[in-house]
Amino acid sequence: MAGLQRARVRRQATFRWVVVAVVGTFFALPLLGMLEFTTRAPGGGRTAAVWRTVADLGGLRTTYPELWAGLKASGALVVLTVLIMLVLLVPTMTWVRLRVPGLRRTIEFICLLPLTIPAIVLVVGLAPVYAWVTYLLGGSSAWLCFAYVVLVLPYCYRALDAGLSAIDVRTLGEAARSLGAGWGTVMVRVILPNVRTAVLSASFLAVALVLGEFTIASLLHRDNLQVGINQLGQRDAQVAVAVSFAALALAFVLLLVLSFAGGRRTRTLTPLATPPTQEPA
Amino acid sequence: MTPQRQGVAVRLEGLSRHYGAVRALDGLDLELAPGEMVALLGPSGCGKTTALRLLAGLEDADAGRDVVDGRDLTDVPVSKRDMGMVFQAYSLFPHMTARQNVAFGLRLRGRSSAEQRSRAGEMLELVGLSSQADRYAHQMSGGQQQRVALARALAIEPQVLLLDEPLSALDAKVRVQLRDEIRRIQLDVGATTLLVTHDQEEALAVADRVGVMRGGRLEQIAAPGEIYTSPATAFVAEFVGLTNRMDGVAADGVAQVMRARIPLLPGSVASGPVSVLVRPESVEVHTQRDGEAEVVAASFLGSLGRVRVRTADGAVLLAQVPTGGAGVLQVGDRVSLALRPVPALAVSRD
Repeated sequence: MAGLQRARVRRQATFRWVVVAVVGTFFALPLLGMLEFTTRAPGGGRTAAVWRTVADLGGLRTTYPELWAGLKASGALVVLTVLIMLVLLVPTMTWVRLRVPGLRRTIEFICLLPLTIPAIVLVVGLAPVYAWVTYLLGGSSAWLCFAYVVLVLPYCYRALDAGLSAIDVRTLGEAARSLGAGWGTVMVRVILPNVRTAVLSASFLAVALVLGEFTIASLLHRDNLQVGINQLGQRDAQVAVAVSFAALALAFVLLLVLSFAGGRRTRTLTPLATPPTQEPA
Repeated sequence: MTPQRQGVAVRLEGLSRHYGAVRALDGLDLELAPGEMVALLGPSGCGKTTALRLLAGLEDADAGRDVVDGRDLTDVPVSKRDMGMVFQAYSLFPHMTARQNVAFGLRLRGRSSAEQRSRAGEMLELVGLSSQADRYAHQMSGGQQQRVALARALAIEPQVLLLDEPLSALDAKVRVQLRDEIRRIQLDVGATTLLVTHDQEEALAVADRVGVMRGGRLEQIAAPGEIYTSPATAFVAEFVGLTNRMDGVAADGVAQVMRARIPLLPGSVASGPVSVLVRPESVEVHTQRDGEAEVVAASFLGSLGRVRVRTADGAVLLAQVPTGGAGVLQVGDRVSLALRPVPALAVSRD
């Protein structure tokens, strides 16, 4: 009996490693291909010259101004999109749970709607809106943040919803208010610390989406990292691939941080980690 | 220990609240004397929690007002009402330790760190959890969490303490233990307290007065003993404790039931055919071979027992007997019945 069980455990472990190996290869091969391409020397052999160019931010700025403009724009877009998304979603979702739970399905539907609309169709609708945005606020690429907030809504809503569902928002809010807290204090000192992981998840997802967005920026004639890489690709393919690789690596690191933060949070809050004390007799 | 602020008088005047077509509270009038503990008791949907939430300021009344210590608080937001509240659901802030939870209200009031720490320590000592001060909610049992919640509510020296079914999520043994502790602490600090519960034993055990609610109104409010022995309505008699409905005929303040003459409580139907609400402990059961009734069920409840007997006319009565009696009586035994002349409520027969 024990022998059969050991054999079953061994089979399961082998299967797990096979799956990990297949999936790992699937993801690693294109990356290795990119790495290989960026380290090719003109006369054959290997060189790190392209990576030295990418690492030299000062040089990058003067040699590849379109990439630098894209990097700057994406940096601003990341910050603005995450800020607007959090300011818009966290209080709204909390408020709906506390005061108008009947509206929850409607809010969810609205937030998930962008998922069903292709980016190209979004651009058709956004073009006249951005004519007004340009007229009122100027033509800066940073104003793409409004479109990007719409784009990241479904993913961020899901992440935040999971976090808010894990706590009793209503009771915690009412407990804090009965102790003298105003709505601002309830949000900042009670709700936010308890949905920290969800806020981080939503933020990282927004960062990854904004860094990878190309269609809207390109069709609305704005700059961002992907537009910069695309332009650069027509001039220096190796540098373009190296920057793409770096962007992917950044997204990977962000997801790793997210997973680490989530794991640590789970360990902190899982009752099994520290057994509850017995009721005193 | 820092002296606790003395309790204040609380008055709810004509409070009404509707949720769409549902009338949750229908002109509730209620007064609490300073330092008194009143329990609102009733079935689900009777309006007891609504009444407490209106007093807390967590909901707005459609009509009426709440006056605390002579001050009309009807339009005062919950954060300015200065009331401590313990909720039915566990409400400790998960990211804070027990001490930080208790100090939360003091921090909002701008007290110094030293004062926060000392007061939180005092409150945790009061609820017997000094040793758990640095633990998080998930590291404590349900009973301990509710004790910390009580300490947190008391730390701000509230004018009024509101307890919204604080024990309903706990198991039976802890519930009994904690309810006695809540009463001890309430008497210690002298806070005027409104307790909402659907557990009649809990209400009768700890409150100075019990208000029985039905359909958004108070059916009766009185001392626990009076609620039990002198119910004002059939609903109160049947909701609090167990009751037999026995047919009888009323006249001159007395009802003739079986062979007994039962004195009638005020509010009873004065004459004619009536249903008399008789408590099981007023029904005496004696084993008798040719008795007029038959035992149809017997249950052992520890310190006492209960038997169900079917009378000759087919009515089934519940009787409370000493533990020995319940053990001796078997299903199918013939018994004779007698009623003790304990005052009872008579209502018209439906």
